[in-house]
Amino acid sequence: MAEVRAEMVANVWKVVVEEGDTVTDGDTLVILESMKMEIPVLVEEDGVVAQLKVKEGDVIQEGDLIAVIE
Amino acid sequence: MLTEALGSVLVANRGEVARRIVRTVRRLGLRAVVVHSEADAGLPYVREADEAVLIGPADPRASYLDVAKVLAAARATGARAIHPGYGFLAENAAFARAVLDAGLVWIGPAPEAVERMGDKINARNLMEAAGVPVAAGTREPVTDLDLALRAAERIGYPVMVKAAGGGGGIGMGLARDDAGLAKAFERAARAAARFAGGDALDGPAVLLERYAERARHVEVQILGLPGGRVVALGERDCSVQRRHQKVVEESPSPGVTPELRERMLAAAVRAGQAVGYLGAGTVECLVDAREQDFVFLEMNTRLQVEHPVTELVTGLDLVELQLRVAAGESPEVEAVVSGHAIEFRVYAEDPERFLPGPGRITAWREPTGEGVRVDSGYEEGNTVTPFYDPLLAKLCVLGASREEALARGREAVAGFVVQGPRNNLPFLTELLDTRDFVSGDYDTGLVERMRAPRA
Repeated sequence: MAEVRAEMVANVWKVVVEEGDTVTDGDTLVILESMKMEIPVLVEEDGVVAQLKVKEGDVIQEGDLIAVIE
Repeated sequence: MLTEALGSVLVANRGEVARRIVRTVRRLGLRAVVVHSEADAGLPYVREADEAVLIGPADPRASYLDVAKVLAAARATGARAIHPGYGFLAENAAFARAVLDAGLVWIGPAPEAVERMGDKINARNLMEAAGVPVAAGTREPVTDLDLALRAAERIGYPVMVKAAGGGGGIGMGLARDDAGLAKAFERAARAAARFAGGDALDGPAVLLERYAERARHVEVQILGLPGGRVVALGERDCSVQRRHQKVVEESPSPGVTPELRERMLAAAVRAGQAVGYLGAGTVECLVDAREQDFVFLEMNTRLQVEHPVTELVTGLDLVELQLRVAAGESPEVEAVVSGHAIEFRVYAEDPERFLPGPGRITAWREPTGEGVRVDSGYEEGNTVTPFYDPLLAKLCVLGASREEALARGREAVAGFVVQGPRNNLPFLTELLDTRDFVSGDYDTGLVERMRAPRA
């Protein structure tokens, strides 16, 4: 199991995956927007999206949980 | 005359540029009005203006980008002119028209010039017709991948793929082969659709241009005066970039010979004349330093972020000139460049990967000294929020020579204290110690090479 957390304060601009999706290393989970920049959040290991904690338009803080990959 | 024509000027912007415009407006005896979002209430520019109007929440779409709110603020405060700064509404022709329709003075070129230069495809074709060299590329909007692939075959890889209405490097991507083009096209098309605001009925407008390896990004500052006269105020080298966005700019360019400079300045004047340009504008070019040749990239119809570099080497105040031209004056402008100036952008971003680093500023100390100018948007106690661009301050230095400017730059960067938000001061220190930057023999790939994994 791997937790994916936010590295910075950002808005969730786009959610690319759904819970239950199979993902592989390098896939994009969500695209964040901070300071006029789009920041893709990538999967770092193969697995299934067990939990997705954000939706488009959310404002998230550094350290907030974005998703859990199993 | 200036006071009668303008009286009170509203600055439709925020941060360092709003502060810098307020300074000149007040020095000229005019009244400075600013607008701000809830998130920016505590910034220095709000306090330093004669009057400040809260126009909405942090989200720029509901504040700085809301035309109706900006115009209402002008009405409520009795402002007679609007200065848009850069970014936000600065290159929005509909906003310029709305300002004029409201009976206010627009501090910028005619809306028609903004419009013609805002579309990169249109601008390219117009420049070609005016005798300004352009890179091999597409003359019609590329609306699907199939057209893009055919165009790339004709132009030859590598190609740069751009959204026609884009700006600030957003949606821009380099493609070295068909697979890369598919990715870059998708990105640019997405950006193009975003810029069009969802009514891109004919498909996204994308353009392709031949990409020059090892090119320098050099731009010419122009000033259009009443009566059709256009003067060129030297060039700025903006080749130190990350993600196609500038980090450091200098004037003169160390990669441009006097012969090339003369040709570039003449072409920039022709470019300005071709659109009947009035006020301050910038003609961006790509320069092949080895061949000493250049092509037109785009024209920015506004005050540029890096304008202080030109102000330092010419001794001019570009904002004052913008105000005078907008008031109908025809100022005497002597385009004499002396010394060497460098601007270092201090960004709230980590110095390794350049990812945004908002946060509360717990310590802030600006360097001082001979030849040092700092245009900053923040001070100790402010919070840098994720809603706006990461520019904290512009640290500018002037020296008699490039060597002296570099030395002053090193000292000033070392003397700048920012605590709280992650920031790129360590990167600037590293840059000032990088051989290619110090020698002046660098191109737009410099930062990428500095960050490439070492073998």
